[in-house]
Amino acid sequence: MPSVIAVENLSKKYIIAHQKQMGPTTLRDTLSNSAKRFAETLLHPFVGAPKNDPAHEEFWALKDISFDIQQGDRVGIIGSNGAGKSTLLKILSRITEPSSGQIRIHGRVSSLLEVGTGFHPELSGRENVYLNGAILGMSKTEINKKFDEIIAFAEVEKFLDTPVKRYSSGMYVRLAFAVAAHLEPEILIVDEVLAVGDAQFQKKCLGKMDDVGKEGRTILFVSHNLAAMKTLCNTGILLDKGQVTFNGGVEGAVDEYLGTDKLHKNEIHWDNIADAPGNENIRLLSISVKPKKGTVLNIDSGVLIEIQFYNTIINANLDTTIHLLTIEGVPVFASGTPLSRNHDSKEGYYTATVEIPPHLLNSGIYKVTQIFGRDQCEVLYKIGDVVSFEIQDTVIRGINMPRIPGVIRPMLNWSTDYLEKKS
Amino acid sequence: MINNQSVLVIEAGRAERHYWRDLWRYRELLFFLAWRDILVRYKQTVIGMAWSLGRPLLTMLVFTLVFSKLAQLPSGGVPYPILVFVALLPWQFFSSSLSSAGDSLISNAGMISKVYFPRLVIPVSAVIVNFVDFLIAGVVLIGLMVWYGFAPSLRIFAIPLFIFMTFIAALGAGLWIAALNVKYRDFRIIVPFVVQFGLYISPIGFSSTIVPEQWRLIYSLNPMVGVIDGFRWAILGGDTQLYWPGFLLSIFLVLVMLVTGIAHFRKTEKTFADVI
Ligand SMILES: Nc1ncnc2c1ncn2[C@@H]1O[C@H](COP(=O)(O)OP(=O)(O)OP(=O)(O)O)[C@@H](O)[C@H]1O
Ligand SMILES: [Mg+2]
Repeated sequence: MPSVIAVENLSKKYIIAHQKQMGPTTLRDTLSNSAKRFAETLLHPFVGAPKNDPAHEEFWALKDISFDIQQGDRVGIIGSNGAGKSTLLKILSRITEPSSGQIRIHGRVSSLLEVGTGFHPELSGRENVYLNGAILGMSKTEINKKFDEIIAFAEVEKFLDTPVKRYSSGMYVRLAFAVAAHLEPEILIVDEVLAVGDAQFQKKCLGKMDDVGKEGRTILFVSHNLAAMKTLCNTGILLDKGQVTFNGGVEGAVDEYLGTDKLHKNEIHWDNIADAPGNENIRLLSISVKPKKGTVLNIDSGVLIEIQFYNTIINANLDTTIHLLTIEGVPVFASGTPLSRNHDSKEGYYTATVEIPPHLLNSGIYKVTQIFGRDQCEVLYKIGDVVSFEIQDTVIRGINMPRIPGVIRPMLNWSTDYLEKKS
Repeated sequence: MINNQSVLVIEAGRAERHYWRDLWRYRELLFFLAWRDILVRYKQTVIGMAWSLGRPLLTMLVFTLVFSKLAQLPSGGVPYPILVFVALLPWQFFSSSLSSAGDSLISNAGMISKVYFPRLVIPVSAVIVNFVDFLIAGVVLIGLMVWYGFAPSLRIFAIPLFIFMTFIAALGAGLWIAALNVKYRDFRIIVPFVVQFGLYISPIGFSSTIVPEQWRLIYSLNPMVGVIDGFRWAILGGDTQLYWPGFLLSIFLVLVMLVTGIAHFRKTEKTFADVI
């Protein structure tokens, strides 16, 4: 069976301008640069043009990638920020040209790289549906036919003739997604559009995409929501710095991604004190994150963080503190303890261990900042993002059960009471 | 579902074989975009309508005052306001198309970097929007002619030809500027200057017959000279004569502008999404 999409040695080069002032080229610069170059040629006719212009640097967003996609595959494309995922999708959707390589596509492609492209705030919901549909490549008759369905999906019947600038952002996103969801392509390309909208809506979108997949159409899906990806996709492609580092089952791709991702170093240690991070006062030797109970870090395992360091300050009051942050950098808490209370610190190895109780952190990825201080006010040494770890949920959540919102997820005491029947 | 006829090949530097077919497929988008801009204009401001009518009328008044009353230029027996207004119509169409087609890619940057479609759709739709204004202003001209009791000759039937020529001129120049604007953002400063300047060097406030014979061919290097002369010839009738060498030169230049404009646009449009 032929591949629906065959990508061969695809590369994409961007030219990055390093200018004093960033931004697009200006005519003035170009003119003055060529004047300068012309003058230089006159002065030094035999030197030739400078080989690399320091103001323009080449950057390979994709480098020599090849893969095949079969009919009906639901492909998840994962990779850290800047790995080249969006660039790949843009090339597949013909928005931008590759620098070299070839792609062969069989079938009508629709891509959704952004929700609501071309929406105009002054126009009504109805007008925007037609406009957006046309932008996405639907014909007027096609939109006419699906109009009611689109509106029903978006749940904005009452606001059809209101300008979309008066919509809540949720309504706006719903309407925009609804239009896109009613495209009927053979190949659907979706980039990160689920990051917007509330949990309820995300569920609906994923459900819709699941339907599309069940109809045997091919889907390419980029998302940082790995749980959703696992339920929705059957194969996965892992991109790292513009190269394919994994191509196979989606589970494998996700595992590979979490494994190779530098963020998840649950443990780090330095053998040589001289190389260890720190300064002449204090050197961090190791820090590790482990479950308190069992072997995996999850909601009810509890977390132990152990810090080892070498101290050279004597007869002082020292303290150690950790800051815990979410992967997005939202501080969760700061917690510390004195190491010595009576001006009696000693030179030598120390360890400190802190326990985060079970049912405090929600599932997700967290990172740790380590701080050593004196007299609980002076910072001796601080190192950010020194380790990070992921707390798993105890149930697999996906389409039907999105991640429970919140940074923390404490188990609280509730009481409920039955009172009486309405008389 | 897979049929081998519809295989799409994406490659570096591959001239899009289906470009014109795609453009045809996206013709609805063309009209939707024009419709959007017209709708927004008339929704946002009550002045929207007044603007398309008021601007040419005001310019006409000023020009009549300056060129006819103060400079005492000849009109060849035609009411001076009509002489001016007939020229203002194509000029305004041309100059507003130039500015709005020029800005059109930048103002639709979001669409360009997120969706595929033949990029030509955007500047063409900008020209169409101005064409609608042109038609509205045309109604004013009819009113003006009724007011002065001025009947056009049979040559009026040639007018679609000249309208088409204006369209081509506006599109050709608009495409050049649109593409240049994406690459060189400071190009935008040049356009208002050209438009401002063009208003005075084109034969709008006066008839091009006042240009000395030996200069007329050189004068026709401004393609709008031919267009405007054509409009006057068709609408004013009477003893208005076309200066053929100049007119043919203008037609030639307009066509060159369109062909090179499309070629340049197509050459650069592949990188629009990367640099916009
Ligand atoms: N138009 C452009 N000009 C220059 N560099 C670009 C351009 N578009 C993307 N890049 C660069 O190419 C690299 C890949 O970008 P891309 O948007 O594909 O990443 P991504 O994998 O989608 O990341 P994210 O997860 O953050 O969306 C980035 O380093 C980015 O800075
Ligand atoms: Mg991206």
